[in-house]
Amino acid sequence: MALHSVGKTFVNGVLALERLDLDVRPGEFVSLLGPSGCGKSTALRIIAGLSEPTSGTVEWLEAEAASDTAPRRIGFVFQEPTLMPWATVAANVRLPLKLAGLEPNAPARVDAALARVGLSGFAQSYPRELSGGMKMRTSIARALVTEPKLLLMDEPFAALDEITRFRLNNDLLALWRSLGKTVVFVTHSVFESVYLSQRIVVMTPRPGRVFTEFLIDAPYPRDERFRTSADYVSRCRQVSEALARAIAATEGP
Amino acid sequence: MSEARAKDEARTRVDRVLRVLLPIAVLALGVVVWELVVRVGDIPPYVLPSPRLVFSTLISDWAVLGASLLVTLTTTLEGFLLAAAGGVGLAVLFNQSRLIEYSLYPYAVILQVTPIVAIAPLLLIYLPQQAAVLACAWIVAFFPVLANTTLGLRSVDHNLADLFRLYGATRRQVLWELNLPAALPYILGGLKIAGGLSLIGAVVAEIAAGSAGAGSGLAYRIVESGYRLNIPRMFAALLLLSVAGIVIFFALSLVSHLLLRRWHESAIVREV
Repeated sequence: MALHSVGKTFVNGVLALERLDLDVRPGEFVSLLGPSGCGKSTALRIIAGLSEPTSGTVEWLEAEAASDTAPRRIGFVFQEPTLMPWATVAANVRLPLKLAGLEPNAPARVDAALARVGLSGFAQSYPRELSGGMKMRTSIARALVTEPKLLLMDEPFAALDEITRFRLNNDLLALWRSLGKTVVFVTHSVFESVYLSQRIVVMTPRPGRVFTEFLIDAPYPRDERFRTSADYVSRCRQVSEALARAIAATEGP
Repeated sequence: MSEARAKDEARTRVDRVLRVLLPIAVLALGVVVWELVVRVGDIPPYVLPSPRLVFSTLISDWAVLGASLLVTLTTTLEGFLLAAAGGVGLAVLFNQSRLIEYSLYPYAVILQVTPIVAIAPLLLIYLPQQAAVLACAWIVAFFPVLANTTLGLRSVDHNLADLFRLYGATRRQVLWELNLPAALPYILGGLKIAGGLSLIGAVVAEIAAGSAGAGSGLAYRIVESGYRLNIPRMFAALLLLSVAGIVIFFALSLVSHLLLRRWHESAIVREV
């Protein structure tokens, strides 16, 4: 999947993205990192087809484009859990199947998706009975239930406490490794992006475009040892400095 | 720990009992004072009947009053159901088509702000009496349902709407799976108001129709008893109207609670 020189201007005149180029390779875990307002969420929405680019194109590998329809090839996890409060966890996870008319073997697929995120015992609970972390897990299960090739995540863990976030980071990495999905992960946390990704794309704000890229070639599986290693710390420092320069470059003197 | 909890539980229990007992005590006190005033002042029943006389009238005139209660309740229920269907239906229509909303919404507002007492005589000229009474109940009751449902349909979580779009939901799916469930708490709020208003609408129309004479609802009985200076029966009919209003309110609150208790904030009892 690739974005070619994508630009986006909102109706109110705000220039959100300008000549953004982004290549995502199959099976890759790539983070978009930048300060808030740098258009990274907008880029994600354009990839998902929720927003039309004002200029430029979104290109899909032919195999992907031909084999599946758009709703099935993309899973999207929002900043908020975005669950239907009136429906049980199972019904929430089942929603994408229901909307696509894939009801027949839905129960088995819902069970499988819930098991993957460790929520098997909570199928009949309502969202308000769950903790923040469990709501986010439900949201991830819902994104996985259509077995998409591409998982788009828009600061999914930003609102969670640190302990929960670390656990969900680990679980997400395990899921990614076992399922072989392509993940595009939007975040404003340097530490999170270095811990999770193979590649970090640092973006500048207003207008949003790619400032620089980092390859994080530390081996997986990554765990608490990696999180406390000197290698991790020095990579975080590099990325932080780049991010600071990206912000300074646009703000001017 | 457990001692504090027992104390908390005891306090909630006392609280619950007080909530029921205190209004009853106030009612009893009011009735006693009323009875005393009538006796001490030696007020004749055609000026102010004693509560005991009102009750005995209620029982002795039950054949007449009961039949009238049934007529009024039937009108109220029909008006309410039509208001619910019309209010929700119009709101959905407005939600689906902006042009229809722009064209009709102002007239819904005009219908609401024009006092029903002023419209009722006209309706009685153009419609058969039963239909006119029903139309009044409907006009008064449908607007809160319409306004609340419209608000509810607009209050859908934007991210959820995006999610439905992402998965290629049809308009119909968005309406039934997203918009209507999200609007349900608002719809129920509107219905709770509509329940009381449809009773008021029915009563207003019956009173307006009163002099025409063909009606037999409770409000008609009140007007009729007034002409005959049968004040105890007026009070008895009024009592029945209040009780009917209270029952309608609690019935709708119960329905609302049953539908929302699993998920909506309004139905959650918070632990302090």
